Amino acid sequence: MGQVKSLADLRKIKEDLQGKMSLRENSNNPESLVQIRVAMATCGIASGAKQVMEFFIEEFDKRNIQAVVTQTGCMGYCFAEPTIEVTLPGQAPVVFGYVDTKKADDIIEKYVKNGELVDGIIPVNYETIEKK
Amino acid sequence: MSKYKMHVLVCGGTGCHASESDQLLEDLKTIVTEKGLDSEVQVIATGCFGFCEKGPIVKIMPDNTFYTQVTPADAREIVDEHLIKGRKINRLLYVDPENQEHIADSKHMGFYKKQLRIALRNCGFIDPENIDEYISRDGYEALAKCLTEMTPQQVIDEMKKSGLRGRGGGGFSTGLKWEITSKSVSDVKYVVCNADEGDPGAFMDRSILEGDPHSVIEAMAICGYCIGSSIGLVYIRAEYPLAIDRLKTAIAQAREYGLLGNNVLDTGFSFDLELRYGAGAFVCGEETALIHSMEGLRGEPTVKPPFPSVSGYYGKPTNVNNVETFANVPVIINKGADWFASIGSENSKGTKVFALAGKINNVGLIEVPMGTTLREVIYEIGGGIKDGKKFKAVQTGGPSGGCLTEKHLDSPIDYDNLIAAGSMMGSGGMIVMDEDDCMVSIAKFYLDFTVEESCGKCAPCRIGNKRLYEILDKLTQGKGTREDIDSLRNLSYVIKDTALCGLGQTSPNPVLSTIENFWDEYLEHVDEKKCRSGQCKALLQYIIEPENCVGCTACARNCPVNAISGERKGVHIIDQATCIKCGACLEKCKFNAVFIK
Ligand SMILES: Cc1cc2nc3c(=O)[nH]c(=O)nc-3n(C[C@H](O)[C@H](O)[C@H](O)COP(=O)(O)O)c2cc1C
Ligand code: SF4
Ligand code: SF4
Ligand code: SF4
Ligand code: FES
Ligand code: FES
Repeated sequence: MGQVKSLADLRKIKEDLQGKMSLRENSNNPESLVQIRVAMATCGIASGAKQVMEFFIEEFDKRNIQAVVTQTGCMGYCFAEPTIEVTLPGQAPVVFGYVDTKKADDIIEKYVKNGELVDGIIPVNYETIEKK
Repeated sequence: MSKYKMHVLVCGGTGCHASESDQLLEDLKTIVTEKGLDSEVQVIATGCFGFCEKGPIVKIMPDNTFYTQVTPADAREIVDEHLIKGRKINRLLYVDPENQEHIADSKHMGFYKKQLRIALRNCGFIDPENIDEYISRDGYEALAKCLTEMTPQQVIDEMKKSGLRGRGGGGFSTGLKWEITSKSVSDVKYVVCNADEGDPGAFMDRSILEGDPHSVIEAMAICGYCIGSSIGLVYIRAEYPLAIDRLKTAIAQAREYGLLGNNVLDTGFSFDLELRYGAGAFVCGEETALIHSMEGLRGEPTVKPPFPSVSGYYGKPTNVNNVETFANVPVIINKGADWFASIGSENSKGTKVFALAGKINNVGLIEVPMGTTLREVIYEIGGGIKDGKKFKAVQTGGPSGGCLTEKHLDSPIDYDNLIAAGSMMGSGGMIVMDEDDCMVSIAKFYLDFTVEESCGKCAPCRIGNKRLYEILDKLTQGKGTREDIDSLRNLSYVIKDTALCGLGQTSPNPVLSTIENFWDEYLEHVDEKKCRSGQCKALLQYIIEPENCVGCTACARNCPVNAISGERKGVHIIDQATCIKCGACLEKCKFNAVFIK
């Protein structure tokens, strides 16, 4: 990506990206839709979020599941670190707390593969401003 | 692909647990299995929904049904009616207090609007190291809009109209500050972001920089445009390495995209950012001290005026704003001042981020509209007090603030109400205390912090706070008198009136507010030498219960200071003046006659 020269350029980046996202969502290959966000702020990292994130990336690879794993900032549930948010295709995101690599393994085997929830679910209780 | 078609989430938080949610969970599981649904329906316990007052809570997915006050007796009906026949059970649905309607879908519940994330809008959502993700959430559009469609004065007017006030503590109108700096005439001006955040328990600003650094960069550029500055400085603690890294990455990306540097967005406007590191002194968060520290001088405050907006960094007009203040700016430009001003209370607009800490179940970062009550924050968002203990007080504003009590639980949180209640907004630390906390010790804890952090430049703060600390210490040792409480008060007022900077002017607040709100506890410490929470070890009393004492003499023989007297086979007594509270008597008595009061 080169320099952004105008508002139009900005909007183009935005649309490209949103296009990419929705392509992901509407794709008919459901395996590619798993999205995981790992809260990687100071407290998350201190309680092992980095290892958990690496674990997910490696294991999805090994187990041949196509997923997008990204890092993000503080989700606000500092009491339950490490926390992650898992979005399965066509479903509402679910936040899991206290995720170590063992729990991560459970989440892949049970929730991602089977839709079976595992312990440590944190109900989300905030609203964020909607995009323009 | 998912095997389970439905999920039944049962709240397993402390509040709901206390009202039999574990039994409910078991019953639901049993009935689901009994009906042969266990391969399709999964029943599972979750953390607190933040709705403990109406617990136990059951949520059914994917239809998002939200049942409140569910008892084990309701389990069968939920399975039969809802899970099997797909009919929602009206009587268990949440009733909207405003229009008495039954609300089935939790998305429409007012309760989800308790927290509104504006400053934290991207935190925990985007990848902070990827500028594209920020752009996909309207990032840098506000800057583009300002540069191409608005004059600096129009942007300033919009900021003023929004009612945004500084989130760093003082609560000064941000638009007005920008206007003053824009009107100061000078060849060079600076935009400074105050990321020094150092009060105990606070981590809002750090989290914003870690989770959404671009929002601060964008806002600083907008501020630069308004005040006529081409250089921004972020003053950040060296002890926040992750925030520093993310900020550096973000700055590099913004430069690469031409959103920082020369000729931003081809408009002729130039703006760039540099980082300056603080060594972690609390007083360096005060804006004049911060500026001196950036100039390489000692981090000591100087008298205002002149305000930094007129004469700041190297004598040039300098606009200092807090991280969270900046994080609000792009949204205000994008969604409009009117939208922002529609949130919050009369004189405090928008939201405030708080770091909830202390004796609360859901320790974490929250963002609520101004005007939310403490009760909502503590019981609904925070999930209530740990271990079912009783709420005692909450300290806002850190070492500069005061504590609020039971009687303040229902008053709306905003700048003015907190001041009226003897505390202040501060930067947003919120420390919750329960019945086990001693308020004299809490005041002592904060004074210990201020004594440590005072820069020592002026006498009232350097000497006065030390005296306050010493008197408080005396009280916790059981050596205080009523005169001491009077001295605490008088000295506090003198310090408030004569200290040079905000640190000293506010440092007696924890003392004054605990005296005001917990007068009886202070009295107990001096009159009865008693600490009801048991925190002041020196005030514990070992007492022998005459009814239980058989006169075996074991305690007396083991007391290292011979504080116990009594005849063989007669009742023993402890002389409180001699006792050194070693606990030997309690340990040796086989008849449960010794106890602690
Ligand atoms: C002792 C002391 C410490 C302060 N610490 C901070 C701080 O850590 N962060 C901050 O933004 N403001 C802090 N302030 C307030 C700043 O002086 C200043 O008012 C603020 O940065 C202005 O930004 P705002 O208008 O956006 O709030 C402190 C003030 C005092 C007196
Ligand atoms: S009030 Fe305290 S911190 Fe402020 S200048 Fe005086 S001594 Fe320094
Ligand atoms: S606590 Fe120790 S010092 Fe006090 S009476 Fe008992 S044994 Fe003696
Ligand atoms: S050890 Fe207990 S029972 Fe024996 S004399 Fe002391 S208080 Fe009384
Ligand atoms: S910093 Fe990790 S969730 Fe708050
Ligand atoms: S404990 Fe169940 S809603 Fe809080």
